[in-house]
Amino acid sequence: MTATDAAPPTAADRAALALQAARRTRRNFLADGALAAATGAALLIVLAILAMILFDIVRNGTPHLSWTFLSKPPSEGMTAGGIFPAIVGMVEMVVLMTLAGVPIGVATAIYLHEYASPVSPLTRAIRIAVANLAGVPSIVFGLFGLGFFVQFIGAGIDKAFFHGDKVFGQPALIWAALTMAVLTLPVVIVATEEALRAVPQELREASLALGATKFQTVFNVVVPQASTGILTGTILAVSRGAGEVAPILFTGAAYFLPLLPKNLSSQFMSPSYHVYVLSTQSPDVDATKPILYATVLVLLALTFTLNIAAVVVRARMRRRAGVAT
Amino acid sequence: MTANTEPQEPKLVVRDLTVWYGEKKGVGPVGLDIVGQHVTALIGPSGCGKSTFLRSLNRMNELIPGCRVTGDVKLDGDPIYGTGIDPVAIRRRIGMVFQRSNPFPKTIKENVAYGLRIGGLRDAREIDARVERALTQAALWEEVKDRLDDSAMGLSGGQQQRLCIARALAVEPEVLLMDEPASALDPIATAHIEELINELSAEYTVVIVTHNMQQAARVADYTAFFYLGELVEFDRTDVLFTKPSNSRTEDYITGRFG
Repeated sequence: MTATDAAPPTAADRAALALQAARRTRRNFLADGALAAATGAALLIVLAILAMILFDIVRNGTPHLSWTFLSKPPSEGMTAGGIFPAIVGMVEMVVLMTLAGVPIGVATAIYLHEYASPVSPLTRAIRIAVANLAGVPSIVFGLFGLGFFVQFIGAGIDKAFFHGDKVFGQPALIWAALTMAVLTLPVVIVATEEALRAVPQELREASLALGATKFQTVFNVVVPQASTGILTGTILAVSRGAGEVAPILFTGAAYFLPLLPKNLSSQFMSPSYHVYVLSTQSPDVDATKPILYATVLVLLALTFTLNIAAVVVRARMRRRAGVAT
Repeated sequence: MTANTEPQEPKLVVRDLTVWYGEKKGVGPVGLDIVGQHVTALIGPSGCGKSTFLRSLNRMNELIPGCRVTGDVKLDGDPIYGTGIDPVAIRRRIGMVFQRSNPFPKTIKENVAYGLRIGGLRDAREIDARVERALTQAALWEEVKDRLDDSAMGLSGGQQQRLCIARALAVEPEVLLMDEPASALDPIATAHIEELINELSAEYTVVIVTHNMQQAARVADYTAFFYLGELVEFDRTDVLFTKPSNSRTEDYITGRFG
């Protein structure tokens, strides 16, 4: 049957065509069904794993969770007491990390996206370097922090200001925070660049055409437009920082401290490291287990809350962008 | 190729202006005189270089990587290209309205006040007065005076475009460049804008790119026809549309191509 056939199609032709179409429909239907089943099964596996982890932790962690647990330091060789110093330590570390890392990450992204020539090989090289930084294993960051911050910068400060006494030349809150800031830089840079890319070029042109300088345009139009995206990146960085152990292992986290960190050169406890200590170093495994579960539950709750906050902020940003166009 | 039949100094004098994108020529060489306090329309088919030419008049094309300009543009005798000349200062004298309305996601008032604030104006009363004047000039004041603190994003397309015109007028430029300002608007909003352009030409020098030949005929005192990156003909609008001297102009305005 071609279109040039002069004769109209007979009933038999039409029946053959209908059969063909039916077969094709059935084949498509089967293919669609198979694909839906395969992808659905993969999704179920992911959900099942998440559900198993959550169920186990919530069931075993909840009984031990109490106000005392959240507000008291560990006691009796970590077989009793709570995790208060670890929570405080994490909050302090994360705040310092954010103060140190986010401004540098945001500034880097602004330079890369607003000032650097998009076609220059240098810009491309920097982007690749940032991507690679994101791929460096976190234990390597820990060793870098020990070598650079603790033994080079810290020891240097001691030599210059403290007559060689060990003040900053040992693992400390400030070095752990800076190491973590380096680790989370790529998260901030990538998220900020993405947010800057989402700012319509028309807005930059509108500002420049009114006689604004590039600087005025970036700070009055571009960055405010990108601020929710930057905030999302910051929250994700904080969430990442809260959960990492390896970078703080050599740079500032303490095995056990009954007191809260007093200043930048103090060591600190962190829930993530505390989990590691409880699960590997406990003198009495059975006594530690409920504490371990409860600590993990607190850690998960904190990072989940942060991640959900990031999702909500991003959704709000999308909605606002939708209204804007 | 000047069409200055009136005894008036041209506002903008363009000589041998050529815009390059890398090694590729975007438009030129163009030479023409733009008469002050009149409307000049740039017409031609898509890709003819009219928008590129327009954007070279306030150095907006510099934002495109690889773009280069040779030749000369003078605004009241002052060169706008050359070493030591700040494009920011040029753009304060030569404002621009874009094809797609692009209000900032700020309030109506802050949109209009933006150019004033970045120019260093701090006096709140002065800002209010100039915002009102600009919105009145853009024929938008009556529609928005009760909601100046609402988001500009809530305005209709035509209102947004008039807001962008008000924003450009607030910094009191001498020349207003308009890049197809009505192409995304419905006929009623378009009529508003055209009426507005007519009124603005009493005070401002307007250069408008348009796809629409009827629009050029309606609003412009002078019209330049661009084709394939070259200025083909430039004359008074009535002359260009009734007695074009170039056969390609005639073909275009009679609808034989483009």
